[in-house]
Amino acid sequence: MATSDVTIHETGTTADRPLLEIRDLAISFTTGSGEVQAVRNAHLTIMPGETVAIVGESGSGKSTTALAAIGLLPGNGRVAGGQILLDGEDISHASEKRMIELRGNIIGMVPQDPMSNLNPVWKIGDQVKETLKANGRPSGPDDVAKVLAQAGLPDAARRAKQYPHEFSGGMRQRALIAIGLSCQPRLLIADEPTSALDVTVQRQILDHLEKMTSELGTSVLLITHDLGLAAERADKVVVMYRGNVVEAGPSLELLQNPQHPYTQRLVASAPSLASRRIQVAKEHGVASNELLVPGEGVAAKPVMTEDVLQIQNLSKVFKLRAGFGKSTDFTAVDDVSFNVKRGTTTAIVGESGSGKSTVAQMVLNLLEPTSGKIIFDGVDTSALKPKEIFAFRRRVQPIFQDPYGSLDPMYNIYRTIEEPLRVHKIGDKASREKKVRELLDQVSLPQSTMQRYPNELSGGQRQRVAIARALALDPEVIICDEAVSALDVLVQAQVLNLLAELQSRLGLTYLFITHDLAVVRQIADHVCVMEKGKLVETGSTDEVFEAPQKDYTKALLNAIPGARLMLPPEVA
Amino acid sequence: MKTNRKAEHFVAPVEETPLLATDAVKTDEAPLSLWADAWRKLRRRPLFIISAVMIALIVIVAVFPGLFTQVEPDNGCVLANSNGAPTEGHPLGFTFQGCDIYSRIIHGTQASLMVGVFSVISVLIIGVTLGALAGFFGGWVDTVIARLGDIFFALPIILGALVITQLPLLRENRGVGTVVLVLVVLGWPQMARITRGAVIEVRNADFVTAARSLGVSRVGSLVSHVLPNALAPIIVLATMELGVFIVAEATLSFLGIGMPGSVMSWGNDISAAQASIRTNPAVLLYPAAALSITVLSFIMLGDALRDALDPKSRQR
Repeated sequence: MATSDVTIHETGTTADRPLLEIRDLAISFTTGSGEVQAVRNAHLTIMPGETVAIVGESGSGKSTTALAAIGLLPGNGRVAGGQILLDGEDISHASEKRMIELRGNIIGMVPQDPMSNLNPVWKIGDQVKETLKANGRPSGPDDVAKVLAQAGLPDAARRAKQYPHEFSGGMRQRALIAIGLSCQPRLLIADEPTSALDVTVQRQILDHLEKMTSELGTSVLLITHDLGLAAERADKVVVMYRGNVVEAGPSLELLQNPQHPYTQRLVASAPSLASRRIQVAKEHGVASNELLVPGEGVAAKPVMTEDVLQIQNLSKVFKLRAGFGKSTDFTAVDDVSFNVKRGTTTAIVGESGSGKSTVAQMVLNLLEPTSGKIIFDGVDTSALKPKEIFAFRRRVQPIFQDPYGSLDPMYNIYRTIEEPLRVHKIGDKASREKKVRELLDQVSLPQSTMQRYPNELSGGQRQRVAIARALALDPEVIICDEAVSALDVLVQAQVLNLLAELQSRLGLTYLFITHDLAVVRQIADHVCVMEKGKLVETGSTDEVFEAPQKDYTKALLNAIPGARLMLPPEVA
Repeated sequence: MKTNRKAEHFVAPVEETPLLATDAVKTDEAPLSLWADAWRKLRRRPLFIISAVMIALIVIVAVFPGLFTQVEPDNGCVLANSNGAPTEGHPLGFTFQGCDIYSRIIHGTQASLMVGVFSVISVLIIGVTLGALAGFFGGWVDTVIARLGDIFFALPIILGALVITQLPLLRENRGVGTVVLVLVVLGWPQMARITRGAVIEVRNADFVTAARSLGVSRVGSLVSHVLPNALAPIIVLATMELGVFIVAEATLSFLGIGMPGSVMSWGNDISAAQASIRTNPAVLLYPAAALSITVLSFIMLGDALRDALDPKSRQR
């Protein structure tokens, strides 16, 4: 490697000198309980024009490493060792003045959350202008519009005069990409740039980002939790685990031949890859059963044809206030009908705003349908008397998305799981305690968890507690509203396994609400695709995935990260 | 952009970062509830320790005044001692009427504290109930309660107290009860507002929806899930209001519309001291100091509690 004393201002850098090289980087944070090492021995190399992805679960140090490269570590963090070489210059302890010169001009950044990273009281155009001005570039209205147009924002000159709240999530992310790339930096750090967006939008944004950076010759440091996405978009993948780089290499090679046990685990459980594997295997005539989550499909399910839930012409109209006594109708769910067979998993898939959660709320009898019927076990649920609703609650239970919000922080785990038993006056104190212990066993949590409080558990553990609570009343149907979306991939795979295992053991019926088609592929028997309140396609999972009928379904399927990866069957 | 550049495949030795079981439960630490957590934080804070010790002392003084002084506060007054300097057994000197100042302060604690405690309890009962109903049910319930609260909120406390205490029934029977009544009537909207806000914040939480779908009734979920989670700001406000109500009692007594002169309280003593403030400032100074220290203790405790109960400072 050429490490001669060339200054970074020299434009003709040799192609074989890395643009960014991180060597033995250690980062530590000072916290109330002393010094905590967040990153140890991290190293990675980005060549000019190359895209490198850092993959890891939350807390693995992937974002911290990237923030160190742009000198934006939080106040209590510091680089404790190692070097960050930007084009040969060590910037790990560079002065603030030097970093300000570098930021924007040489290193750009696209932050994670498009909702909170734009200033709500500034026009979009002004925010772009601010960046251009700070880096001494022409910042007239035309320049701003040009930058925004390059990021794929239609009608950019007019859009620049709008405020962030007038933009959708995808458009905001485009604006952020425009800001990040406005000064044509040589390195762009993209921290989970699309994880808050719908899959189809995610796909568009990433495609566009890829096009832009390859035109400009920008190197990209992509941070993501999704191995499939990383492998699809990056030349090289760096896997981080507990603050260490455990494996790094060309993306395809890493997928095909993972060496470190953690990478192996990750490759095995990433939903995008798993669903891709099923697809590839099918094309090669392998029976898909072996590839599905254990318990699902493998155990010979008793064939049930009885419809436990029948949704008939269900609609929900919300009245939106439009000032002074007027109101406009908003149809959240529009004439939706489908049936759920006992003992199977039916997934409702859709992007945000498709009305899928509203359907779940109505099935749970927490929201009254405007029209249509929900027939549970032969009985119309809207006609139930209070007492019958109470009995209905025993048989249909929910699991919610946010594992941090769905458990009462004041209740310990024992009280949380015992609550449904107490409310329904089942058993005495001793038998309830026995039941709670059994439930904890069922969700593979140690019985000592009983005395703990939700804030002491991780997201996955809380979700298991939520599952245990849902199971306490021996329900027949469980409604999972994005039940695994907030979890890290390995934990997600673990919870999915658990759900599948419980289904085969207890004969549960799941109604699985999700935006993640990759998860659907792994767990569902039937799929209902929703778009803007309407049901656009239903069918068995195999049918929908193999021969999607509607364009929308096809678009969704294509947008699964990793869908374009050409995996040879032996990886599967 | 894919390039043809060959990159090496690096694998870290497994020993460096041994694999942990995915998502293992911590079993080494003792379980920690919100209150246990708050207590752990509190007991290391000097602010809390000082204020708690002071409040404990004040409560002991109020309940057992006999432990601190044997001197009769009012019957043993000898006019010969009028405005007298401190002597043996009378460490703070004498009032205009020749009563022992120290003894009067000790015996006056009870009335002041009683007003504070009873007012806070009543304000809690009324304010929390109304605030919780308003916040939880919203709609017209909220509108009615909020407007009602606004009416009382808009009344200046002194003016309101003047009007209320001049009502015929109250004018005749002045005492701890009337002062408490005045303070509660004028003080509940503040508590109701805080409760309403806290309840609104919690009522849409997923765990409340989860409880409802388990079959818990609406009111049941309010009592068992929403209120306990809305308690922190209520406790903080109640602690601080205790101090504020004690001051309010003194203010009303000073103006002559609080406690009747026959009841011993700091406010009455301060009021009586007006006449001799030039000749013997000690008469004013000591009860005023007792009042300040008590109020300061409660406000400091409230501050310490607020920090300890702040959910933002809690780890997830």
